[in-house]
Amino acid sequence: MSKKDIDEVTGVETTGHEWDGIKELNNPLPRWWLWTMYLCIIWAIGYMIAYPSIPLINASTPGLLGQTSRGDVAIEIAAAKESQKVFRDQIAAKSLVDIRKDEKLFQFARSGGKAAFAVNCIQCHGSGAQGGAGYPNLNDDDWLWGGDLEAIYTTIQHGIRVEADDDTRTSDMPAFAGDEILEKEQIVQVAAFVGSLSKQEVDAEAAKKGAAVYEENCASCHGEKGKGNKEFGAPNLADAISLYGDKQADIIRQVSKPKHGEMPAWVSRLDDITIKQLAIYVHALGGGE
Amino acid sequence: MISLGKMAIYGVVFVLALLAAAKAHDSLFAVSAIIFALASAIAIIVTARRTSFSTNVAQAVSGDEYLDGVVRAGMIATMFWGITGFLVGVTIASQLAFPALNLEWAFTNFGRLRPLHTSAVVFAFGGNALIATSFYVVQRTNGVRLAFGNLAWFVFWGYQLFIVLAATGYLMGVTQSREYAEPEWFVDIWLTIVWVAYLLVFLGTLYKRKEPHIYVANWFYLSFIVTIAMLHIVNNMAVPVSFLGSKSYSLFSGVQDALTQWWYGHNAVGFFLTAGFLGMMYYFVPKQANRPVYSYRLSIIHFWSLIFMYIWAGPHHLHYTALPDWAQTLGAAFSIMLWMPSWGGMINGLMTLSGAWDKLRTDPIIRMMVIAVAFYGMSTFEGPMMAIKAVNSLSHYTDWTIGHVHSGALGWVGMITFGSMYYLIPKLWNRDGLYSLRLVNWHFWLATLGIVVYASSMWVSGIMQGLMWREYDAQGFLVYSFAESVAAMHPFYVIRAIGGTMYLAGGLIMAWNFYQTVKGNKRNEAPMGVVVKAA
Repeated sequence: MSKKDIDEVTGVETTGHEWDGIKELNNPLPRWWLWTMYLCIIWAIGYMIAYPSIPLINASTPGLLGQTSRGDVAIEIAAAKESQKVFRDQIAAKSLVDIRKDEKLFQFARSGGKAAFAVNCIQCHGSGAQGGAGYPNLNDDDWLWGGDLEAIYTTIQHGIRVEADDDTRTSDMPAFAGDEILEKEQIVQVAAFVGSLSKQEVDAEAAKKGAAVYEENCASCHGEKGKGNKEFGAPNLADAISLYGDKQADIIRQVSKPKHGEMPAWVSRLDDITIKQLAIYVHALGGGE
Repeated sequence: MISLGKMAIYGVVFVLALLAAAKAHDSLFAVSAIIFALASAIAIIVTARRTSFSTNVAQAVSGDEYLDGVVRAGMIATMFWGITGFLVGVTIASQLAFPALNLEWAFTNFGRLRPLHTSAVVFAFGGNALIATSFYVVQRTNGVRLAFGNLAWFVFWGYQLFIVLAATGYLMGVTQSREYAEPEWFVDIWLTIVWVAYLLVFLGTLYKRKEPHIYVANWFYLSFIVTIAMLHIVNNMAVPVSFLGSKSYSLFSGVQDALTQWWYGHNAVGFFLTAGFLGMMYYFVPKQANRPVYSYRLSIIHFWSLIFMYIWAGPHHLHYTALPDWAQTLGAAFSIMLWMPSWGGMINGLMTLSGAWDKLRTDPIIRMMVIAVAFYGMSTFEGPMMAIKAVNSLSHYTDWTIGHVHSGALGWVGMITFGSMYYLIPKLWNRDGLYSLRLVNWHFWLATLGIVVYASSMWVSGIMQGLMWREYDAQGFLVYSFAESVAAMHPFYVIRAIGGTMYLAGGLIMAWNFYQTVKGNKRNEAPMGVVVKAA
């Protein structure tokens, strides 16, 4: 420890301590620093008086402003609902067709549907509603369960293959290989025939034999000409759109052991106004009937 | 005799670890036990080889000399884990930009690599830097050798074992899902043992000091050691499902659990990454600048106000959650009050250079320290600002937070560590200088620009993200889906990965410089800051 001395560069006295050659100057606290710290402390005290801050036995001090996070949210939600009240009331009261006809109401419902779609639907159907393997494209006019407003509305409400929902959409194509209904050879033949329905190049010989298999096993749901049937959710096989792929291997796999997609029943998760808006939005994407 | 006793203890540990591995309820625990057994086996072999069984050998080491071997080992470990941590960081940054890089393999999945990155940089790189420099500083500023013989070596190797156990655990999927405290209960117990030994070494050295006063750097180091012990123990209180299995359940539940976790998480930043590295700053900045510390009084006031304020500010990590409003208010209030105490360190660091500013031209090490303190000041302003609830409602859960953390971690923690290491390496290996100052300058610019690229891309991306999430159209409906905000961040993720790569490149240059310096080489180069006249 050395005695106090004066630092040559700054002319400031040192504290007289020295450790491994390090000395300390005896500079005062910078005034601006000290006053800013005091200001921060005063602000903090004021903030603690204004807002809930001190925990007591059952609750905390409420704060002079009486603000709470829950209260704020409730106010914001109420204000948001209030601003949309006129339209929401009309949507609740009117039928989907009438909503569609009222241009202003339609615009509102479509915006609401778009927002709800972005939160709830794009995970499967894609942000452009373009779908993907196993998830239907909602922009086209190829509908499994019908593409008019009511049909879309019902599908959103009750979902696809939701066990807990009695009104859900269910179709259950048999596993033609798994349940030993058809021989492997027959499945290959019927796949060729199905391919020919959508004008694919297939083994003509096999397709010819497949036509008979189709007639016997498939036509009752998918129709004589493979146009499908929306009553049963049976897909149209004669168009170029395939949910699970249109290669021969895909068709063989689907006939042998079909994949069955599922969609939630939104009636238990979303309010009716939102579901109506979703139906309007999806219908207006381009393929609505 | 001491060696025999040690070997007996290692032997018992070895057998117990093997038994634990054999009886383990899950393979993850078995792997950890085998690693532990291997470590004990190595310890036995090393101790045996070093033991002389002849009785009349003179004591090789005098009791007065500084114990610097452990500091040298710490420098190497810091460098190694630093490069590892930066590399994993660049990897996960690239994975965020290009998800295919997850490789669809559990061991390389982002979810497992992310804690590997954070623990590698914070605890392995930062922790080794703190332990090594604290061992160096506490000896120099107290004029005595480290206390308790070779206990410091146990701290060093025990800490490396902790890192290996934690890291292998992450890769295998062992986690208790607490951010920055992911290791499970058995690793936590091991770290507790090592940390208590660390505290003993540090306190013992202070106790036998030759100086009448304790230097400020040591206050900060001690507050770091003590508080981390407290945080670690409380936050990791858990009940193991079995003493032979890797799974445990936290003692806390619900919002109490969240608050305990963020009390820990926030103060890991406060006492590990702030107080600890301020200790580093208080020794190495005056040493490198060869100037006295600016203000003793400021160091006292800002030390006590910093450690008093910091510990209460954790709730600001839980704004707008199930945490009661009163706790959120207190978290915000203490964060604001924390601003000036934090800046006290910045002022003392920067003003210590008064009278030595000209060295910025010639000494890239000083330059590094200055930029470290500048980033420290920037992020300790940004932190309180983000703790204000109105700001937090925009910044929370966005990349802004990531940018904030990295301007502190890369800018402050990284740069002050690099600066201190560049000071220490020639001293520790008894060289008359670094291999190359120009390479230090390269490191400085690569790292600084890397941080700027990193932080600014995260500011833009974070604020954009926050604004997209809260964007409503004229009719009061949300405009963007979450996925759209993710897609919009892609370019910034790419830029961030580039910034991280620059920082990693700087680290690699440093490792080369380190290696060459230790080898005793000197690069033939023009001196820094001297204008070369055109011929």
